[in-house]
Amino acid sequence: MATQLHRSLKTPAAVAVRGLSRAFGPRRVIDNLDLAIRPGEFVALLGASGCGKSTLLRILGDLDPEFEGEVVVPSRRAIAFQAPRLMPWKRVWHNVVLGLPGRPDRKRAERALDEVGIGHRADVWPKVLSGGEAQRAALARALVREPDLLLLDEPFAALDALTRIKAQALVAELWQRHGCAILLVTHDVEEAILLADRVLVMKEGVIAHHEPIALDRPRDVADPEFARIRGALLDWLGVAHGAAH
Amino acid sequence: MSITEIDRSYAALRKDRPAEPADALVRLTPATARGRQVPRWLRRGIGPVALVLVWHLASITGVLPAEVLAGPATVLSSAAKLIQTGELQEAVVVSMQRAMSGLLIGGTIGVALAILSGLTRLGEDLVDAPMQMLRTVPNVALIPLLIIWFGIGEAPKIALIALATAFPLYLNVYAGIRGVDQSLIEAGRTLGLGRAGLVRHVILPGALPNALVGLRYSLGIAWLALVFGEQINATAGVGYLMANAREFFQTDVIVVCLVVYALLGLAVDLVVRSLERIFLSWRPNFTGA
Ligand SMILES: Nc1ncnc2c1ncn2[C@@H]1O[C@H](COP(=O)(O)OP(=O)(O)O)[C@@H](O)[C@H]1O
Ligand SMILES: [Mg+2]
Repeated sequence: MATQLHRSLKTPAAVAVRGLSRAFGPRRVIDNLDLAIRPGEFVALLGASGCGKSTLLRILGDLDPEFEGEVVVPSRRAIAFQAPRLMPWKRVWHNVVLGLPGRPDRKRAERALDEVGIGHRADVWPKVLSGGEAQRAALARALVREPDLLLLDEPFAALDALTRIKAQALVAELWQRHGCAILLVTHDVEEAILLADRVLVMKEGVIAHHEPIALDRPRDVADPEFARIRGALLDWLGVAHGAAH
Repeated sequence: MSITEIDRSYAALRKDRPAEPADALVRLTPATARGRQVPRWLRRGIGPVALVLVWHLASITGVLPAEVLAGPATVLSSAAKLIQTGELQEAVVVSMQRAMSGLLIGGTIGVALAILSGLTRLGEDLVDAPMQMLRTVPNVALIPLLIIWFGIGEAPKIALIALATAFPLYLNVYAGIRGVDQSLIEAGRTLGLGRAGLVRHVILPGALPNALVGLRYSLGIAWLALVFGEQINATAGVGYLMANAREFFQTDVIVVCLVVYALLGLAVDLVVRSLERIFLSWRPNFTGA
């Protein structure tokens, strides 16, 4: 099996994937996929449920070595999943700095929590956090590692609409400040267009479509160009949209 | 609109059924308005108190002869006597020491084996099958063997307790380690935790709730094993006190010993509860605080 996961500190691209395949049994979920992400680029990945988005993300996150092809990613990566996956037995601040070398640095954790707006929750157990707060803590935990690539797998999918809007704005702001490349998996077309430099549509194991988003930030869903892009993406996703929108 | 009007209009909606005001709507009473009830602890106390009262009445009326079972008054006075002479304290200390050293040895072995077989495939293959086999042997059935191996001193008693307590801890810690949420282990890996870090920060804390369940079982069984173990030619301890009392038909002393066993069990349960309070306050369903 030609399995290679190169790690390097300075890559010309944040992600370079060539000829990537991943099969579960006889089923090739990812089939000869190519993908490049520039350093600091915000890329959103859309696709029907079960098309392999999480599988791709897990490969990029070095959580799944059973692939074929060539994958180059930065050595400093961070992942946030749909569930916050905080260790319930560690206080929030301790969760944030878990896995960092050296003694747990409380100051550093507090700075990261302040940045996502929940500095006052540093000392509580994760169980008392609301869904939005827990997801913010997970973001703080990811960003405190100063990643060059941040992988987000539907991080807002479980949040209520209002909390989701705030969380999206927060991610946009954090991205501006940290300048890391982001690959955001989402099933929300508007979220993708609001946040990303480029929206990818995954289909039948490959990236079937790239849609660069040239709109100025902050973006407005009422913009006609926004609506045009949304229509185009929904077409790619095979969703009839004329009446619904 | 009044409640009855609502009732009527609601009933009108259900034309197929006649109007049933009582069934249609119910007024929910808030807990604060439900009247002062007898506190729970008081209600729960009534049963035991009544039992002791009946016991007392039965023995002072002679329905229950002292040779069969001494009355509570006699039991209390002989407890006082045993405490005055220091016999009871001495016996309790000896029994506690037995139980605790047995638990310490058995618990250490059980937890160590569980960690070995929980964390490594090799450990699992070597350790788990024999442990699952041995646990089906009733501990007390080993007493004859233990006597042959260890004689009739302290050793067989402690060995029996150690054997009995090793299994609950082994089984629960092993299940705890294997049951740790896989997604948390994965998250730990993405955070850069190595194998040792995962064990320390994810796997062992994740197994802790089960470990405490195991400890609770082990402590319960330690007591049981103690009672059996102290039947082996004891020369000190609560079991010895009891065996002596049997010789002289002192049912009062026997009851005192039974109460002591019960109180020791209770005390140990309290200890486990406090441990849970300290170590498991992070749990979402923790209600002990
Ligand atoms: N560990 C696994 N074993 C078998 N099949 C899997 C596994 N992980 C994912 N799959 C399958 O691969 C396909 C893609 O899954 P996934 O990447 O999670 O989809 P999504 O795009 O919704 O994130 C699905 O059909 C799923 O059933
Ligand atoms: Mg997915």
